[in-house]
Amino acid sequence: MAELGNDGGAGEGGGGSGYRPVIHGVGLCLALALCWLLLSGYFQILLLSLGAVSILFCVWIAMRMDLIDHEGVPLHITWAVLRYLPWLLWEIVKANLDVAKRVIDPSLPISPSLFNAPVSQKTDLGQTIYANSITLTPGTVSVDLDPGVILVHALHEGAADGVLEGEMDKRVTKVEGLN
Amino acid sequence: MAVILDILSWFLLIGGSAFVIIGAFGMWRLPDFYSRLHPAGLTDTMGAGLILLGLLLQSEAFMVGIKLLMIAVFLMFTSPTSGHATARAALAAGLRPWQAPEEAKKLADENDGGNKDGAA
Repeated sequence: MAELGNDGGAGEGGGGSGYRPVIHGVGLCLALALCWLLLSGYFQILLLSLGAVSILFCVWIAMRMDLIDHEGVPLHITWAVLRYLPWLLWEIVKANLDVAKRVIDPSLPISPSLFNAPVSQKTDLGQTIYANSITLTPGTVSVDLDPGVILVHALHEGAADGVLEGEMDKRVTKVEGLN
Repeated sequence: MAVILDILSWFLLIGGSAFVIIGAFGMWRLPDFYSRLHPAGLTDTMGAGLILLGLLLQSEAFMVGIKLLMIAVFLMFTSPTSGHATARAALAAGLRPWQAPEEAKKLADENDGGNKDGAA
Protein backbone atom coordinates (compact mmCIF):
# COMPACT_ATOMS: atom_id res chain seq x y z
CA MET A 1 0.00 0.00 0.00
CA ALA A 2 2.97 2.25 0.57
CA GLU A 3 3.41 2.98 -3.12
CA LEU A 4 0.13 4.90 -3.06
CA GLY A 5 1.95 7.88 -1.60
CA ASN A 6 2.07 10.19 -4.60
CA ASP A 7 3.63 13.41 -3.47
CA GLY A 8 3.32 15.24 -6.79
CA GLY A 9 -0.30 16.36 -6.37
CA ALA A 10 -0.85 20.03 -7.14
CA GLY A 11 -1.63 22.27 -4.21
CA GLU A 12 -1.62 19.50 -1.65
CA GLY A 13 -0.31 21.61 1.16
CA GLY A 14 -2.29 19.59 3.68
CA GLY A 15 -0.17 16.45 3.14
CA GLY A 16 2.77 16.52 5.45
CA SER A 17 2.36 14.64 8.66
CA GLY A 18 -1.28 13.54 8.43
CA TYR A 19 -0.93 11.62 5.18
CA ARG A 20 -0.80 7.86 5.70
CA PRO A 21 -2.27 5.72 2.92
CA VAL A 22 -2.88 2.73 5.17
CA ILE A 23 -4.99 4.76 7.58
CA HIS A 24 -6.97 6.26 4.71
CA GLY A 25 -7.49 2.79 3.23
CA VAL A 26 -8.74 1.45 6.55
CA GLY A 27 -10.91 4.55 6.97
CA LEU A 28 -12.50 3.93 3.58
CA CYS A 29 -13.10 0.26 4.51
CA LEU A 30 -14.83 1.27 7.74
CA ALA A 31 -16.96 3.91 6.03
CA LEU A 32 -18.04 1.46 3.33
CA ALA A 33 -18.76 -1.23 5.93
CA LEU A 34 -20.92 1.20 7.88
CA CYS A 35 -22.79 2.15 4.69
CA TRP A 36 -23.38 -1.52 3.84
CA LEU A 37 -24.65 -2.42 7.32
CA LEU A 38 -26.94 0.60 7.55
CA LEU A 39 -28.36 0.18 4.07
CA SER A 40 -28.90 -3.58 4.18
CA GLY A 41 -29.86 -4.18 7.80
CA TYR A 42 -29.40 -7.95 7.43
CA PHE A 43 -26.86 -9.71 9.58
CA GLN A 44 -26.68 -13.23 8.08
CA ILE A 45 -23.28 -14.70 7.32
CA LEU A 46 -23.93 -14.90 3.58
CA LEU A 47 -24.94 -11.27 3.19
CA LEU A 48 -22.17 -10.03 5.47
CA SER A 49 -19.56 -11.91 3.47
CA LEU A 50 -21.00 -10.54 0.23
CA GLY A 51 -20.60 -7.12 1.80
CA ALA A 52 -17.00 -7.81 2.76
CA VAL A 53 -16.22 -8.92 -0.78
CA SER A 54 -17.83 -5.82 -2.26
CA ILE A 55 -15.94 -3.54 0.11
CA LEU A 56 -12.59 -5.13 -0.61
CA PHE A 57 -13.33 -4.93 -4.34
CA CYS A 58 -14.21 -1.23 -4.07
CA VAL A 59 -11.11 -0.43 -2.03
CA TRP A 60 -8.97 -2.37 -4.50
CA ILE A 61 -10.42 -0.36 -7.42
CA ALA A 62 -9.92 2.87 -5.47
CA MET A 63 -6.29 1.88 -4.84
CA ARG A 64 -5.70 1.15 -8.51
CA MET A 65 -7.22 4.51 -9.42
CA ASP A 66 -4.98 6.20 -6.86
CA LEU A 67 -8.01 7.66 -5.11
CA ILE A 68 -7.05 6.80 -1.56
CA ASP A 69 -5.44 9.98 -0.39
CA HIS A 70 -6.52 12.75 1.92
CA GLU A 71 -8.68 14.15 -0.86
CA GLY A 72 -10.62 10.99 -1.62
CA VAL A 73 -10.85 9.97 2.03
CA PRO A 74 -10.70 13.29 3.90
CA LEU A 75 -10.41 11.92 7.41
CA HIS A 76 -8.26 14.82 8.63
CA ILE A 77 -11.03 17.42 8.28
CA THR A 78 -14.02 15.35 9.42
CA TRP A 79 -14.26 17.08 12.78
CA ALA A 80 -13.76 20.55 11.30
CA VAL A 81 -16.49 19.88 8.71
CA LEU A 82 -18.90 18.78 11.44
CA ARG A 83 -18.29 22.07 13.23
CA TYR A 84 -18.72 24.05 9.99
CA LEU A 85 -21.96 22.28 9.02
CA PRO A 86 -24.39 23.89 11.52
CA TRP A 87 -23.28 27.36 10.47
CA LEU A 88 -23.69 26.44 6.79
CA LEU A 89 -27.15 24.96 7.39
CA TRP A 90 -28.27 28.13 9.15
CA GLU A 91 -26.95 30.25 6.25
CA ILE A 92 -28.87 28.01 3.85
CA VAL A 93 -32.09 28.46 5.83
CA LYS A 94 -31.70 32.25 5.88
CA ALA A 95 -30.88 32.37 2.16
CA ASN A 96 -33.86 30.12 1.39
CA LEU A 97 -36.29 32.42 3.13
CA ASP A 98 -34.78 35.43 1.40
CA VAL A 99 -34.92 33.94 -2.11
CA ALA A 100 -38.42 32.55 -1.54
CA LYS A 101 -39.59 36.03 -0.50
CA ARG A 102 -38.09 37.61 -3.60
CA VAL A 103 -39.58 35.00 -5.91
CA ILE A 104 -43.13 35.56 -4.68
CA ASP A 105 -42.78 39.34 -4.28
CA PRO A 106 -45.00 40.94 -6.97
CA SER A 107 -42.30 43.48 -7.88
CA LEU A 108 -39.64 40.74 -8.28
CA PRO A 109 -36.78 42.59 -6.54
CA ILE A 110 -33.79 40.95 -8.23
CA SER A 111 -30.66 42.31 -9.87
CA PRO A 112 -28.57 39.37 -11.06
CA SER A 113 -24.84 39.85 -11.38
CA LEU A 114 -21.80 37.82 -12.35
CA PHE A 115 -18.64 38.71 -10.47
CA ASN A 116 -15.29 37.39 -9.30
CA ALA A 117 -14.68 36.75 -5.62
CA PRO A 118 -11.38 35.91 -3.97
CA VAL A 119 -10.71 32.35 -2.80
CA SER A 120 -8.30 31.90 0.07
CA GLN A 121 -8.23 28.08 0.27
CA LYS A 122 -4.98 26.46 -0.84
CA THR A 123 -6.07 22.88 -1.51
CA ASP A 124 -8.42 21.56 -4.18
CA LEU A 125 -10.52 19.99 -1.44
CA GLY A 126 -10.95 23.30 0.39
CA GLN A 127 -11.85 25.12 -2.82
CA THR A 128 -14.39 22.44 -3.67
CA ILE A 129 -16.01 22.76 -0.25
CA TYR A 130 -16.15 26.52 -0.69
CA ALA A 131 -17.60 26.38 -4.23
CA ASN A 132 -20.16 23.79 -3.17
CA SER A 133 -21.13 25.86 -0.11
CA ILE A 134 -21.73 28.87 -2.37
CA THR A 135 -23.87 26.84 -4.75
CA LEU A 136 -25.75 25.14 -1.94
CA THR A 137 -26.80 28.55 -0.61
CA PRO A 138 -29.74 29.76 -2.72
CA GLY A 139 -29.11 33.18 -4.24
CA THR A 140 -25.53 32.39 -5.22
CA VAL A 141 -24.14 29.84 -7.68
CA SER A 142 -20.47 29.22 -8.35
CA VAL A 143 -19.96 29.24 -12.11
CA ASP A 144 -16.23 28.87 -12.60
CA LEU A 145 -13.18 28.31 -10.43
CA ASP A 146 -9.69 29.51 -11.28
CA PRO A 147 -6.72 29.53 -8.92
CA GLY A 148 -7.46 32.23 -6.37
CA VAL A 149 -10.75 33.46 -7.85
CA ILE A 150 -14.23 32.08 -8.12
CA LEU A 151 -16.81 33.32 -10.61
CA VAL A 152 -20.15 33.66 -8.84
CA HIS A 153 -23.63 34.38 -10.15
CA ALA A 154 -25.78 36.13 -7.55
CA LEU A 155 -29.52 36.74 -7.71
CA HIS A 156 -29.41 40.14 -6.02
CA GLU A 157 -26.97 42.59 -4.42
CA GLY A 158 -27.42 41.28 -0.88
CA ALA A 159 -26.34 37.79 -1.89
CA ALA A 160 -23.39 39.20 -3.86
CA ASP A 161 -22.26 41.28 -0.88
CA GLY A 162 -22.59 38.22 1.34
CA VAL A 163 -20.04 36.36 -0.77
CA LEU A 164 -17.70 39.34 -1.11
CA GLU A 165 -17.77 39.86 2.66
CA GLY A 166 -15.77 36.64 2.87
CA GLU A 167 -17.26 35.17 6.05
CA MET A 168 -17.87 31.80 4.37
CA ASP A 169 -14.47 31.93 2.70
CA LYS A 170 -12.80 32.42 6.08
CA ARG A 171 -14.71 29.59 7.69
CA VAL A 172 -13.94 27.11 4.91
CA THR A 173 -10.26 28.05 5.08
CA LYS A 174 -10.43 27.25 8.78
CA VAL A 175 -11.95 23.85 7.94
CA GLU A 176 -9.04 23.23 5.63
CA GLY A 177 -6.90 23.70 8.72
CA LEU A 178 -3.54 24.59 7.17
CA ASN A 179 -2.81 27.48 9.51
CA MET B 1 -46.35 12.58 22.37
CA ALA B 2 -47.19 10.79 19.14
CA VAL B 3 -49.69 13.50 18.32
CA ILE B 4 -47.13 16.25 18.82
CA LEU B 5 -44.65 14.45 16.58
CA ASP B 6 -47.36 13.95 14.00
CA ILE B 7 -48.32 17.61 13.97
CA LEU B 8 -44.68 18.69 13.81
CA SER B 9 -44.03 16.27 10.98
CA TRP B 10 -47.02 17.57 9.02
CA PHE B 11 -45.81 21.13 9.45
CA LEU B 12 -42.42 20.12 8.09
CA LEU B 13 -43.94 18.23 5.17
CA ILE B 14 -46.22 21.14 4.26
CA GLY B 15 -43.36 23.63 4.68
CA GLY B 16 -41.12 21.53 2.43
CA SER B 17 -43.85 21.24 -0.18
CA ALA B 18 -44.33 25.01 -0.07
CA PHE B 19 -40.63 25.52 -0.82
CA VAL B 20 -40.79 23.05 -3.70
CA ILE B 21 -43.79 24.88 -5.16
CA ILE B 22 -42.14 28.30 -4.69
CA GLY B 23 -39.01 26.91 -6.32
CA ALA B 24 -41.00 25.68 -9.31
CA PHE B 25 -42.86 28.99 -9.50
CA GLY B 26 -39.55 30.85 -9.41
CA MET B 27 -38.14 28.78 -12.24
CA TRP B 28 -41.11 29.78 -14.32
CA ARG B 29 -41.05 33.43 -13.28
CA LEU B 30 -37.39 34.48 -13.35
CA PRO B 31 -35.99 35.97 -16.55
CA ASP B 32 -33.04 33.83 -17.63
CA PHE B 33 -31.16 30.59 -17.27
CA TYR B 34 -28.72 31.71 -14.57
CA SER B 35 -31.30 33.35 -12.32
CA ARG B 36 -33.51 30.26 -12.61
CA LEU B 37 -30.76 28.22 -10.97
CA HIS B 38 -31.46 30.00 -7.68
CA PRO B 39 -35.08 28.90 -7.12
CA ALA B 40 -34.00 25.44 -8.26
CA GLY B 41 -31.74 25.60 -5.22
CA LEU B 42 -34.78 26.22 -3.01
CA THR B 43 -36.22 22.88 -4.08
CA ASP B 44 -32.94 21.08 -3.44
CA THR B 45 -32.19 22.51 -0.02
CA MET B 46 -35.19 23.57 2.07
CA GLY B 47 -37.75 21.69 -0.03
CA ALA B 48 -36.02 18.33 0.10
CA GLY B 49 -34.60 19.03 3.58
CA LEU B 50 -37.91 19.80 5.28
CA ILE B 51 -39.70 16.91 3.56
CA LEU B 52 -36.96 14.48 4.63
CA LEU B 53 -37.12 15.85 8.18
CA GLY B 54 -40.88 15.43 8.22
CA LEU B 55 -40.58 11.86 6.97
CA LEU B 56 -37.91 11.22 9.59
CA LEU B 57 -40.43 12.04 12.30
CA GLN B 58 -42.91 9.64 10.67
CA SER B 59 -40.47 6.74 10.43
CA GLU B 60 -40.72 4.17 13.18
CA ALA B 61 -37.86 1.91 12.16
CA PHE B 62 -34.28 2.99 12.85
CA MET B 63 -33.14 1.72 9.45
CA VAL B 64 -35.65 3.90 7.64
CA GLY B 65 -34.49 6.98 9.54
CA ILE B 66 -30.85 6.27 8.73
CA LYS B 67 -31.67 5.92 5.06
CA LEU B 68 -33.52 9.24 5.05
CA LEU B 69 -30.51 10.90 6.69
CA MET B 70 -28.23 9.37 4.09
CA ILE B 71 -30.42 10.76 1.30
CA ALA B 72 -30.05 14.21 2.88
CA VAL B 73 -26.26 13.83 3.09
CA PHE B 74 -25.94 12.64 -0.50
CA LEU B 75 -28.16 15.49 -1.71
CA MET B 76 -25.78 17.93 -0.02
CA PHE B 77 -23.03 16.66 -2.31
CA THR B 78 -24.88 16.03 -5.55
CA SER B 79 -27.11 19.09 -5.81
CA PRO B 80 -24.38 21.76 -5.72
CA THR B 81 -22.19 19.66 -8.00
CA SER B 82 -24.88 19.36 -10.66
CA GLY B 83 -25.86 23.01 -10.22
CA HIS B 84 -22.26 24.11 -10.72
CA ALA B 85 -21.82 21.84 -13.75
CA THR B 86 -24.98 23.24 -15.34
CA ALA B 87 -23.94 26.87 -14.78
CA ARG B 88 -20.43 26.21 -16.01
CA ALA B 89 -21.70 24.50 -19.14
CA ALA B 90 -23.91 27.51 -19.87
CA LEU B 91 -20.97 29.87 -19.47
CA ALA B 92 -18.76 27.67 -21.65
CA ALA B 93 -21.46 27.69 -24.32
CA GLY B 94 -21.31 31.49 -24.29
CA LEU B 95 -24.66 32.26 -22.67
CA ARG B 96 -24.57 35.74 -21.14
CA PRO B 97 -26.54 36.46 -17.97
CA TRP B 98 -29.60 38.67 -18.05
CA GLN B 99 -29.27 41.94 -16.18
CA ALA B 100 -31.74 44.37 -14.74
CA PRO B 101 -32.39 47.06 -17.41
CA GLU B 102 -30.68 49.89 -15.53
CA GLU B 103 -27.59 47.78 -14.84
CA ALA B 104 -27.36 46.68 -18.45
CA LYS B 105 -27.40 50.33 -19.52
CA LYS B 106 -24.59 51.12 -17.11
CA LEU B 107 -22.49 48.35 -18.61
CA ALA B 108 -23.35 49.04 -22.23
CA ASP B 109 -20.62 51.71 -22.46
CA GLU B 110 -17.77 49.50 -21.38
CA ASN B 111 -18.25 46.94 -24.10
CA ASP B 112 -15.71 44.30 -23.14
CA GLY B 113 -15.60 40.96 -24.94
CA GLY B 114 -14.86 38.64 -22.02
CA ASN B 115 -17.66 36.93 -20.19
CA LYS B 116 -15.73 36.92 -16.98
CA ASP B 117 -15.79 40.68 -16.53
CA GLY B 118 -19.54 40.92 -16.08
CA ALA B 119 -21.00 43.18 -13.44
CA ALA B 120 -18.55 44.07 -10.72
